[in-house]
Amino acid sequence: MSSETRPLSLNVPEPGCRPGDTPDFSEFEIPKAGSVARPEVGVDPDDIRDMAFSIVRVLNKEGEAVGDWAGLLTPDELREGLRHMLTLRTFDARMLNAQRQGKTSFYMQHLGEEAVSCAFGRALEPGDMNFPTYRQAGLLIARDYPLVTMMNQIYSNAEDPLHGRQMPIMYSSREHGFFSISGNLGTQFVQSVGWAMASAISGDTKIAAGWIGDGSTAESDFHAAMVFASTYDAPVVLNIVNNQWAISTFQGIARGGVGTFAARGHGFGIASIRVDGNDYLAVHAVAKWAAERARSGHGPTLIEHVTYRAGGHSTSDDPAAYRSQNEAAAWPMGDPVDRLKRHLIRIGEWTDERHTQAEAEILDMVMTAQKKAEAIGTLATGKHPSPRDMFEGVYETMPPHLVRQRQEAGY
Amino acid sequence: MARMTMIEAIRDAHDVAMSADERVVVYGEDVGFFGGVFRCTAGLQAKYGKSRCFDAPINEGGIVGTAIGMAAYGLKPVIEIQFADYVYPAFDQIVSEAARLRHRSNADFTCPIVIRMPAGGGIFGGQTHSQSPEGLFTHVSGLKVVVPSNPRDAKGLLLAAIADPDPVIFLEPKRLYNGPFDGHHDKPIVSWKKHPLGDVPEGDAIVPLGKASVYREGGDVTVLAYGTMVFVAEAAAEATGVDAEIIDLRTLLPLDLDAITASVRKTGRCVIVHEATRTSGFGAELMALVQENCFYHLETPIIRVTGWDTPYPHAQEWEYFPGPVRVGAALKKVMED
Repeated sequence: MSSETRPLSLNVPEPGCRPGDTPDFSEFEIPKAGSVARPEVGVDPDDIRDMAFSIVRVLNKEGEAVGDWAGLLTPDELREGLRHMLTLRTFDARMLNAQRQGKTSFYMQHLGEEAVSCAFGRALEPGDMNFPTYRQAGLLIARDYPLVTMMNQIYSNAEDPLHGRQMPIMYSSREHGFFSISGNLGTQFVQSVGWAMASAISGDTKIAAGWIGDGSTAESDFHAAMVFASTYDAPVVLNIVNNQWAISTFQGIARGGVGTFAARGHGFGIASIRVDGNDYLAVHAVAKWAAERARSGHGPTLIEHVTYRAGGHSTSDDPAAYRSQNEAAAWPMGDPVDRLKRHLIRIGEWTDERHTQAEAEILDMVMTAQKKAEAIGTLATGKHPSPRDMFEGVYETMPPHLVRQRQEAGY
Repeated sequence: MARMTMIEAIRDAHDVAMSADERVVVYGEDVGFFGGVFRCTAGLQAKYGKSRCFDAPINEGGIVGTAIGMAAYGLKPVIEIQFADYVYPAFDQIVSEAARLRHRSNADFTCPIVIRMPAGGGIFGGQTHSQSPEGLFTHVSGLKVVVPSNPRDAKGLLLAAIADPDPVIFLEPKRLYNGPFDGHHDKPIVSWKKHPLGDVPEGDAIVPLGKASVYREGGDVTVLAYGTMVFVAEAAAEATGVDAEIIDLRTLLPLDLDAITASVRKTGRCVIVHEATRTSGFGAELMALVQENCFYHLETPIIRVTGWDTPYPHAQEWEYFPGPVRVGAALKKVMED
């Protein structure tokens, strides 16, 4: 050891602000809306390397839709998008409350991230398959999955399509292009690549979309998904939702902040784009672009949706213990619902009065669904799946040892 | 009927399944162009094309994870893990995903995949080319676990596994790939081509999952075995003169409990043999089941002959491997007790 060699020290990244601090996003670079060009869908990933370091944005501060990525959606479609986001937000608020009332054991909300899944859900075709995490219920809502069925699953009641086997919000609907949610993080990301490979093997035209959060990009399956997607040029859209937080851990612990999450696609030769996750129009336009790219055989796309997890991680979490309470309000890309509402008003397709009325109608619709679901049962009351259902479906045909155990249990 | 080694029988099962059903796809490390490090997929890529049989990146979690996605789409992936010793990076995908998918989604999605992997020792494979991890899989609800011991069963069981609607772990004792092995490492091995169990029926000759076979009938003691240990037990019975009834379990999960209880109730004695380490090994489950179901028929305590509770060694191969001498001693002990 030479005399100049000093003892080494471990680098442990820290977020910019902790409870009691004033949030400061001044170093967070946000390009102007409309400043990122829209390339051809068949573009060589090498030719758009800068897109992984910028952010595709359509809505500017004044609520105008500007640039190459604007103009895909009609006013009716935009109003529908607003309705989906408001529905998800209202649904979240009701279910959060239901959990506090003991009607279910658990819930996770999407507050601030509604645009990501609601807009993406409108960009795929029937028959395409999403492999979501637990924070993309907008994919179901944007495809008109019945709210009562979602609640039946959350309440684990007798009409729960999953027969009470899964924790709340672990939905599954093949029909709505929504793969069964697992509690194990990252696993679905590589499965989505396999689904896309299967479509290619079968000479089909369907595509898959994988979903993962910023924290879970550190899982091995993230790497596996990237290498398989790249090797086989799989028709898949790989979505990273960077909401800045993995429970209490800021995205720097997953080594965000050095480069970007999107930039990780470059090492695999995957076309990689960052998008403003709170901009419904931008998310939809980028999703459409990536879906078209996959469907026309140009291979995978990695999308980093830059957003902010405004709510707690789950009903079991208190974010005040690890981050500033003012951080969500300080998030420089604002709120997705407010921004789309402002845009619609700006173009003369919406008013504050209509918005207030829409909020009331949506609340009424969600509460009606809730009453229906609760009339069937909640975790605490009413009709539940049979204990017999616990033994069914482990295998297609129940093997003898499970038949014996079912009988031993008295069913 | 054709005489085949276990390798050829496994290759033939792939061929039959791929020919009958275009949803069957085969992949893994070195599986495509090269035909597998053990030749189990030789010629399949040339015959069925690169989209049906192909090489995979060295990522076991990725191999199993993509297969689960393919199965959700509607294909029937038959994938290879090069050695069972290397399955651990895929454990999350197998245990948390493949095994649970039907149950957790109420059959909205299912996982009809087969995960083949060469297993077992007796080849100077050392720590990471000799393991028998079956007990890790039999503990997982939702999986089926199969271990063939001869070419005829290997083909028939693999065809049954591919046809099965649920995930199957298919462990191939690599020591048996070319010929039967009874633990007498000092004697030359004889090819399957000279063994009656090398007679493999042509076409779609399924051997059903969940059914054991009585490999050798006997009246003194029941030996519960699978894989290489079937032949070790046979050698031990012949060397000791103990009239052992050897049950080749073939499928460990779901287990053929009826075949086991019928035999133990007849003989009143039971020896359980496996290569895997003893503590919490599959033998412990077999012992518990025999005790629960045959208690009043047992003349003596059940004995396990297994690998020691150590990592699989290299130089001490034959002191670790439960050979005919150790199994023979157990047979004599249950007869003398």
